[in-house]
Amino acid sequence: MTTPALSVNGARKAFGGLVAVNNVSFEVQEGELFGLIGPNGSGKTTMLNLISGALRPDAGEISLAGTRISGLPAHKIARQGIARTFQLVRMLPAMDAEHNVIAGAVFGHQRLWGEQAREAAHELLALVGLRGREHVPVAAMTYIDQKRVELARALASNPRVLLLDEWLAGLNPSELNIGIALIEKLSRQGRTIIMVEHVMDAIRSLCGRCVVMNSGRKIKEGEVEDVLSDPEVIEAYLGDDDDA
Amino acid sequence: MTRLTHREIMTAIVAAVALAVAATLPLFDQGYYLSLSLNMVMYAALCTAWTLFSGPTHYVSLATAAFFGIGTYTVGLGLDHMPFPLLVLTGCAAAAILAGLVGAATLRISGVYFVIFTFGLAELIRQIVSYAQIKLTGKMGLYVFTDFTEKHVYWMLLALTGVVFLTGWLINRSRLGFAMQIIGNDETVAKHSGIDTARLKIVLFMISGAFIGMAGAILAPRYPYVEPPAAFTPMTSFLVVIMALLGGTRRLWGPLIGVIPFMLLMDFISVRFPNDTSIVMGIAFLVIVYLLPDGITGRLEQLWAYLKKPQTQPQPVTAEERA
Repeated sequence: MTTPALSVNGARKAFGGLVAVNNVSFEVQEGELFGLIGPNGSGKTTMLNLISGALRPDAGEISLAGTRISGLPAHKIARQGIARTFQLVRMLPAMDAEHNVIAGAVFGHQRLWGEQAREAAHELLALVGLRGREHVPVAAMTYIDQKRVELARALASNPRVLLLDEWLAGLNPSELNIGIALIEKLSRQGRTIIMVEHVMDAIRSLCGRCVVMNSGRKIKEGEVEDVLSDPEVIEAYLGDDDDA
Repeated sequence: MTRLTHREIMTAIVAAVALAVAATLPLFDQGYYLSLSLNMVMYAALCTAWTLFSGPTHYVSLATAAFFGIGTYTVGLGLDHMPFPLLVLTGCAAAAILAGLVGAATLRISGVYFVIFTFGLAELIRQIVSYAQIKLTGKMGLYVFTDFTEKHVYWMLLALTGVVFLTGWLINRSRLGFAMQIIGNDETVAKHSGIDTARLKIVLFMISGAFIGMAGAILAPRYPYVEPPAAFTPMTSFLVVIMALLGGTRRLWGPLIGVIPFMLLMDFISVRFPNDTSIVMGIAFLVIVYLLPDGITGRLEQLWAYLKKPQTQPQPVTAEERA
């Protein structure tokens, strides 16, 4: 078996007495579209924060293509080739769409500059469906368009692994279809993607394999269809009335 | 991003001509106007140097007096031992090192604490220098005897201002400048985009501090006698902040727009109300912060945007746009 694109081995993170991520392990293969699901507060976003370096794991090891990245600061992990979007969309509000995306191209895994960075930004904005809107200030954009810009910014670093933190959340039904099609397109291009998601239809139609977390632990891992029909997983979801 | 545009070349020519014209001033007057202009050029250099760091990061530094005083004192202490240009460079280096230490210690803490820390630091250094000098030499200040007259100081400061502007312009078109813009917009995004935010902030703070130290060193020969309360006066820090904010910190030339009217105003006030200068200055500061939060340049840009396209009022989002 080849080296996995990303491997998480025994990751743990506690906030005081609350263990948000407790001994979680999984592997994501090159080109895979991998789901990370679970009820609210199960530790999914904390897991993404551990991978992207926003938080440092208390124990365990996270490796990108065989190289250990856990313990590195966020900017070094970004340069190694991990890009992310945020649960609540994060824009560079004083800039236009183009510069928001150039920001990802200049400092990340692929360090472009000048005309090259601009070209890459324009290509990606076209890919996410914002051709012709390069010079629109992001503050004047709708929510889905901001999400598109954020996705283009993450892609601009040409990451080895792309982390999507509930990228589909907050979209209306028609936007949701556009969003799912977009992620599918990225996956077909061979991108390795880990997506934290609540929208089960999206997980079903997009992901091959997924991990289910509950109260900080991994309770199930496997093919999406098998996992979602597992009694323990159903219980975890139905036991939490907070969830969709 | 890397090639020179027509507009940049024009700006550079205008700036060079303005600098050359300003340099001829001592040929016409060596009294009041030279003195006033010297103050303007000094604050133009200080405010622009301050804005290099505080503009993009929004960290308000009150350590200007510390860097400035260190520059001045380096010259005062070393004048008998070293040539003047070397002392200016030493003062510059000393201020940069101090800025690096302060930056490493404080730039991870949030804005408000940074303001207090830098203010406390400047006061602390002033006290330490006073104490050390009285203990070691039994004197309070230093004599600075040079052959430089006011016009030489003016020319040197003018050159420094030119260098500060050039540096600021080069930074703005570099990766460092773009990174600082991103940090100013959203530091979390900056980190996750691969920017070493802590290191870049320290580098920029050092560049800013170095220029302020250099200005202090160049200013030393203006006064035959320097002492800590004057060289490290917190007034320098405050005035720099006021003038930079008045001009606006979003553009490189913003502070310059603040310095000129403010120095004229200050000159007027200190002549008319010699005993109440601080009160009137304080009121002026409040008025500026309340009425011009983005400075004169910020207001001008708003006005420009308004005149350019008066039809782009905020419009309700239509259904097609949402889809």
